[in-house]
Amino acid sequence: MLRFVLRRLLEFVPVFFIIVTLTFFLIRLAPGGPFAAERAVPEEVLKRLNEYYNLDAPLYVQYFDYLRDLAHGDLGPSFKKPTLTVSEWIALRFPVSLELGLYALGVALLIGLAAGFLAALRPNTATDHVPMSLAMAGICIPNFVLGPLLVLVFALWLEWFPVAGWDLQQDKVLPSITLGAAYAAYVARLSRAGMLEMLAQDFVRTARAKGVSETGVVLRHALWGGMQPVVTFLGPAAAGLLTGSFVVETIFQVPGLGREFIQAAFNRDYTMIMGTVLFYAGLILLFNLIVDIVQAWLDPRVRLS
Amino acid sequence: MSVLSVKDLRLRFHLRHGVVHAVDSVSFSIERGETVGIVGESGCGKSVTFLSLLGLIPSPPGRIESGTAHFNGRDLLRCTTGQLRAIRGRHIAMIFQDPMSALNPYLRVGTQVMEPLRLHPSCSRREAWSRAVTALQNVGIPDAERRMRAYPHQLSGGLRQRVMIAMAMITGPQLLIADEPTTALDVTVQAQVLAVIKKAQQETGAAVALITHDMGIVAGTCDRVLVMYAGRIVESAGTDAIFYRPRHPYTKALLETLPAAHQPGQPLLNVPGRPPDLLGEIRGCPFAPRCPHVVDACRETPVSLQPVGDDHASACLRVQAGEI
Repeated sequence: MLRFVLRRLLEFVPVFFIIVTLTFFLIRLAPGGPFAAERAVPEEVLKRLNEYYNLDAPLYVQYFDYLRDLAHGDLGPSFKKPTLTVSEWIALRFPVSLELGLYALGVALLIGLAAGFLAALRPNTATDHVPMSLAMAGICIPNFVLGPLLVLVFALWLEWFPVAGWDLQQDKVLPSITLGAAYAAYVARLSRAGMLEMLAQDFVRTARAKGVSETGVVLRHALWGGMQPVVTFLGPAAAGLLTGSFVVETIFQVPGLGREFIQAAFNRDYTMIMGTVLFYAGLILLFNLIVDIVQAWLDPRVRLS
Repeated sequence: MSVLSVKDLRLRFHLRHGVVHAVDSVSFSIERGETVGIVGESGCGKSVTFLSLLGLIPSPPGRIESGTAHFNGRDLLRCTTGQLRAIRGRHIAMIFQDPMSALNPYLRVGTQVMEPLRLHPSCSRREAWSRAVTALQNVGIPDAERRMRAYPHQLSGGLRQRVMIAMAMITGPQLLIADEPTTALDVTVQAQVLAVIKKAQQETGAAVALITHDMGIVAGTCDRVLVMYAGRIVESAGTDAIFYRPRHPYTKALLETLPAAHQPGQPLLNVPGRPPDLLGEIRGCPFAPRCPHVVDACRETPVSLQPVGDDHASACLRVQAGEI
């Protein structure tokens, strides 16, 4: 187990290296730069800025400088928001996205699992069709449609929740639901499929022949296997949820990392883009590792090696 | 006295494209302590008959149309799900064909073997544990304590089937239904597993319904045989009578296909033709299209299982009429 984790962590190094290299050159391929603005900046100022941030050096020199700093854990200063370094910006914005992501994850699991299991227990009845149709709708409706709709109904008409913001507890309800809805829909469909597959297994018939009650069949015999597709999906999904969503954070004016990331891309804030991309990549790798461990724990036939 | 007495059981599957007559007017009984073999081709209704008695046929599409099945004076077909659940695993236990898929891969062997005990009579965890260890030892599993903590995939096929038997016998059931218990195993292991079932049966006095398509197994283990064809019982007799004095053309055809009866140098025999489609009603004898002794009456007259000798019944019109 420990050896498995260590080996996987070692494997992260080359993956990171490839991501750094690709991102570094790709963002510089995009037209414009951090200091290209519509309002012409005086030539002299631009030259000083480029000099100050080392942007006038040859590309390969910049690249190796970046790698060297990265090896020391230094993500560099933000080009466009120089009041804080990239690491400080991430430290400031990530907790907000993390909180929103956790609520959304909660929404996704609570609603998704409940709907999926209910549907699986009574397949091809109303208890199956209604939640599954809703789930299909949940997958189809993009969050930039769902968000404003929820605001319209629950903030403007019913006035139950604020329109936007991120200060009070009630501020957090609508963004969490908006972000979690699509994931809830996926979880519902995956858990339904997983449970149905398990309930059709021979060992479930054995359990029934032993006199196990329906509840026992579901909870003791089918649950572990039925959860597996959900777990596989949740790894990458959790990384996506926790690092924030540009759309949801923009609709509800949430000061999270997702918004910061997209702004950085628009601004060609090279170091900021690099920092957020690497952070996101790290989280995805980490969650995939967690998924592998959880899966080995769920299914004794899976061996960590 | 019979443990189980089934009368006129009819089971149909109502599917979108028609009604499958899976079990048709099946009557039989199983006496205390005896081993009854149920033989027939795949899809002839052997397993389905017994699964329906335990309420293990999904409904819909399956529906029991008529019949009674008295077990200990109680009609299984008229029990509530709760009553049936109390009988399943405690008084009637079942072993399935493929021990790989019939054991839960996510749970430890011990958990699964103890489960019937935990469900039925109230018995403490510690007592259940020690009884499960004994049960595993009784079916010849060495190092039982360690095996209790193993997962099914860590055991061989033969060991897994022994676990199934231990799990089924742990509550001391009066009837054990063994649904092709050796089909998925290789021949040497088959013999061991059959011996284990036999031993467990002798120790508990349970009756065994052995569902199989292997006549060799029937010859070695069964007291009595029911031959099934197209959802019906076509012949019922003691094992010796079935092998030496079969009274139904289908049974004769089956016996002729046995490799043991085969003369070297001659091609292996089979029963020509195919079993009938059970979709829709069959008038007359279902074996008529494949029967070498068929006459016009066979295709028209409804047939039923009738006594044709001492403890011997056949569903062949011509045998009943004394013509063959």
